Amino acid sequence: MSASRAGAVTLPRAPAGGAHPRRDASAGRTAAARAARRRRIGVRAAALGYLATLLLAPLVMIFYRTFEHGLAPVWNAVTAPNAQHAFWLSLEIVALAVPLNTVFGIGMALLLERGRIRGKALLGMLIDVPFAISPVVVGLALVLVYGKSGWLGNALSETGIQVIFSVPGMVLATAMVSLPFVARETMPVLRELGDDAEQAAATLGASAWQTFWRVTLPGIRWGVVYGVVLTTARALGEFGAVSIVSGRIQGQTQTLPLYVQDRFENFDLTGAYTAAVVLALLAMATLLAMNLLTRRTRGGKAA
Amino acid sequence: MLRHAPSGAHDSSARAPRVQPAGALGKGLLGIYLTALVLLPVAALLAKSGTGGTSAFWREITNTEALAAIKLTLIISVIVVVINAIFGTLIAWVLVRDEFPGKRIVNALIDLPFALPTIVAGLVLLALYGKGSPVGIDVAFTRVSVALALLFVTLPFVVRSVQPVLGELDLSMEEAAASLGARPPMILRRIVLPGLMPAIISGVALSFARAVGEFGSLVLITGNLPFKTEVGSVYVFGQIENENLPAAAAVSVALLLAAVAVLGALTLLSRWSSRHVR
Repeated sequence: MSASRAGAVTLPRAPAGGAHPRRDASAGRTAAARAARRRRIGVRAAALGYLATLLLAPLVMIFYRTFEHGLAPVWNAVTAPNAQHAFWLSLEIVALAVPLNTVFGIGMALLLERGRIRGKALLGMLIDVPFAISPVVVGLALVLVYGKSGWLGNALSETGIQVIFSVPGMVLATAMVSLPFVARETMPVLRELGDDAEQAAATLGASAWQTFWRVTLPGIRWGVVYGVVLTTARALGEFGAVSIVSGRIQGQTQTLPLYVQDRFENFDLTGAYTAAVVLALLAMATLLAMNLLTRRTRGGKAA
Repeated sequence: MLRHAPSGAHDSSARAPRVQPAGALGKGLLGIYLTALVLLPVAALLAKSGTGGTSAFWREITNTEALAAIKLTLIISVIVVVINAIFGTLIAWVLVRDEFPGKRIVNALIDLPFALPTIVAGLVLLALYGKGSPVGIDVAFTRVSVALALLFVTLPFVVRSVQPVLGELDLSMEEAAASLGARPPMILRRIVLPGLMPAIISGVALSFARAVGEFGSLVLITGNLPFKTEVGSVYVFGQIENENLPAAAAVSVALLLAAVAVLGALTLLSRWSSRHVR
């Protein structure tokens, strides 16, 4: 008797009526659900709070700082000759480096996924090197090859080509830091695509070029475009490597990111903030493009 | 390695016409491009760092300022990747398992540090957490600012490597554990984390490599004070400006070796964890 009573105390109450157990069970469930909800909201608050502190608040702040004295100083900063020059130089370098990396990136992806060559693993590592090393080291390495006292310095100065402290070096530096994107974004698409359609085209008598243009490229185009978007963003914003190889000559070899630093260090905060906001807007446009593209490729995969 | 997943069963060498758009000319051009852009520069860097032999190399990297910079880089990078591992996983969790208004925008925002030029990242942080901060937090020119900038630029790595794996994770395992009486912390420790570990480690490895080499975002906010906020890449930059290229090359190579060693260790850890924990 006493044992059963003790059991009744410690264990969940035995069913006595029709309504009780249901009420008890639902009470237990809501308590558990409430705890789960609390946890979920806690985790959400921690994650979003972290993002707000680290990303969002600073980003909002820079827009505020830029426009806090009205539009006139911003307009002056945008139309300053050095700012204009930096902007167009940045675009020029992007216009040279991105197509180079696109063509060679597709080539590398094809070679690594379809080609039959020895040392593929080594080639794959070589492509990733620019991601693994600091932009400063990229700049240094280029100076050691193409600089005045570099390995090719004499040969270059004899032919009268100046690479370091001029645009060719800046294009090289930009191309090197953004080298892997197109290849790395195209390779998985190529792999997934398989080579059945290519084999069929070849069997039907298409030349290698025809197969590439009519079969392979249409299949991989979104991967390539995604890689191009990433390459462009990186090329536009590159700072460390370009800083070293350019010599930072105002109005000559100063890109927009270098101009931001120059303005900041010369206490022209509006100039620095304005240029930074221009770059930030371009970055956000990149984000938008990336999102549209991922949705597009996902849609394509699902279909 | 599983290449050709869809047509893996076929032996492609048995088929007669092999598609080779990158012909001999293409391969040659590619070779030249990679040589000019990667092979030669890296070789020149290694050669420069070794010009004076091992003793010179050692002297350059044990120079007190260089050593302080290397140490600071490695210590702060470790702190940063630990914070990244925790918050990156949390953020990935929220993005995969939680539902709230504006989730798509938050998801898009994660990639911002990849898209934003590094110098802008530094300036953005300085605008809020520098002199005249509207929230009263001024960390400019301190070691906290180094960590802050590195946290900013490496944020996406862990999130983006954990997110897809978390999405694929089998919910029924967790439900089974819960129905057998396991409490949430235990489910997290015994079921969720082991499944996520390889992804977390790979995100950590990418973050670490990035943190060790980071430069642009640090230039404005850290003040580049020797022995205080000067990291390895900033030291290298200073040596290049002073035309002390052997020192710059030596410290570059030392940082590279440190990064490679850590990446190697993390790869081993990842293999070990995926083999032993499950």
